[in-house]
Amino acid sequence: MPRSFTPKVITANALLEGDAIWFTEGSTWSRDIAEAELITDEAHGEIRLLEAKADQSNVVGVYLAEAKQSANGPTTTHFREAFRTRGPSNYVHGKQEA
Amino acid sequence: MYVYNDFDEAFVRTRVAQFRSQVERRIDGSLTEDEFKPFRLMNGLYLQLHAYMLRVAVPYGTLNSAQMNKLAYLADTYDKGYGHFTTRQNIQYNWPELRDVPDMLSDLADVGMHAIQTSGNTIRNVTADHFAGAAKDEIEDPRPVAELLRQWSTDHPEFQGLPRKFKIAVTGCEADRAVINAHDIGIQVVRNAGGEIGYKVIVGGGLGRTPMIGKVLSSFVSKVDLLPYCEAIVSVYNLLGRRDNKYKARIKITLHENGVEKIQELVEARFEQIKPLFGGIDQQFLAQIEQSFALPAFKTASIDGYEAARLANPAFRSWTDTNLSDHRADGYAIVSISIKKHGATPGDATSAQMRIMADLAAQYGHDELRISHEQNVILPHVHKSDLHAIYTALRDVDLATANIGLISDIIACPGMDYCALATARSIPVAQEIATRFDALKLEHEVGPLKIKISGCINACGHHHVGHIGILGLDRAGVENYQITLGGDGTETTTIGERAGPGFGADDIVPAIERLVLGYLDLRMCKDETFLQAYRRLGAAPFKDILYPEKARQNAA
Repeated sequence: MPRSFTPKVITANALLEGDAIWFTEGSTWSRDIAEAELITDEAHGEIRLLEAKADQSNVVGVYLAEAKQSANGPTTTHFREAFRTRGPSNYVHGKQEA
Repeated sequence: MYVYNDFDEAFVRTRVAQFRSQVERRIDGSLTEDEFKPFRLMNGLYLQLHAYMLRVAVPYGTLNSAQMNKLAYLADTYDKGYGHFTTRQNIQYNWPELRDVPDMLSDLADVGMHAIQTSGNTIRNVTADHFAGAAKDEIEDPRPVAELLRQWSTDHPEFQGLPRKFKIAVTGCEADRAVINAHDIGIQVVRNAGGEIGYKVIVGGGLGRTPMIGKVLSSFVSKVDLLPYCEAIVSVYNLLGRRDNKYKARIKITLHENGVEKIQELVEARFEQIKPLFGGIDQQFLAQIEQSFALPAFKTASIDGYEAARLANPAFRSWTDTNLSDHRADGYAIVSISIKKHGATPGDATSAQMRIMADLAAQYGHDELRISHEQNVILPHVHKSDLHAIYTALRDVDLATANIGLISDIIACPGMDYCALATARSIPVAQEIATRFDALKLEHEVGPLKIKISGCINACGHHHVGHIGILGLDRAGVENYQITLGGDGTETTTIGERAGPGFGADDIVPAIERLVLGYLDLRMCKDETFLQAYRRLGAAPFKDILYPEKARQNAA
């Protein structure tokens, strides 16, 4: 039996700043994962990934990342992706700075 | 120090202009990321977890004060006020914006610096003993050869698309402070029976996924033959090295799969072919380069004041006991400035700290600074009469920590706090170990101990050659840390042995504490270092300390 599809978000880095960004339902990019589109269907995810990748003059390194729904919207399930929503742990730099 | 000639200057300026145009074309959409990526990597620009990262080469770890001041300027102008010195004697900026990078490279070119070949499958920054030119035990300053190699390898048309990256390190003495046995090519200045100076050439060392100690390809290559010999090695590797599997592409695997004898034969054959083509031009360059590395004019002065200050000030005495090394000139010392105050990020220096270090080098240190692969900054030429003034100035900017070679002098890669390849964080582990042993006030009691931490299998943190190595991994979605024991990155290179199952993020620092306190009970006397005790006793008692449950089961 094929593995069941787990929810995902589409993420990348912004071309100019390199900051982590997420693809929204409106096909824009947000700096906040909570505004991302949570993808629960594999076929839909593949189409959305192609659409996101087409925006190559604004973004770099588009990929699907594991995510789950929370009260505030989509959130991470893995520590690497969680770090991308915050910034490094040794200084208050990156997103947590704002 | 080597100063750019017109050719170097024009070359670097041209490269900056090319990259500026490439960045513009990427931003206006004329270049896709697939097209642009090779260009940015050629110029040291990576994309990491949170931002771009620019890796600037510090060739053979040598800087003057103007260069260090420029690094501080870059940190303030384009970054967040600091830079990160790496285990390959480079500096990395963690927050540049794409649009600013051409300006950063242009500013670097103003002081004879660049970021060329700090990435990609090319010959990378040539590293050297950070005490080069100052060490008492040195046969010859290895930096002229390192500079020759830098010039030869920069934009070398044959070697821009090697099977994998290629790292060269050079040392001028038997004592190995450049980890030459863990490089693709390690070069050691030696003297033969006739007293002639030449080079021992070691090939195929490396850490990473498959750690290997380099093998001696030739025990003596004469000075005139070194460059063609190195070219022959890289040339043979370029043809023979595997391109089908990234993990088997480094020369260590080529050497392992083909055997030293075969590589020797091929290198000799290639050498015979290309040697006549050099025609002595490399030796003319080398002679010019050697002149620019002439020793500074050392001064003579009384050191009575220094001795008196040592007696009067215990903190100064402790710093001089820990952070100084023997210098070749009478009355001089080599100062290692620890940029690892307890709890600080290993390798990070603020712009203010960089400026103070630059000022001290200009005022007291014959205008020279070095970056060590152990992520500290060195003032290689300091007269002892100036040490107290230096210490006082360093103390004001948190740079007077007396911990060189001790447990808190930890090498740590950026890990998952920054690096896109990392599988776990390194920095917080280093911070916690240093803070913990500072609180215990045991650091000096424990004595010489090298802890090295990598946040992934690629081993930028040199964990395999740490007396205690820590490797951060992702185990089923949580950070997990494996400990290796008994590694050694000096001339007696040893790859550490894995101790057993890994520890969770909350358990790794207590495990290290248990291990180090256990060592204090195991050592024969205060002078027996951790590594000596490990070599005498073997791994078993240390494993019992790390895994008490298992030890109890075995005893039952």
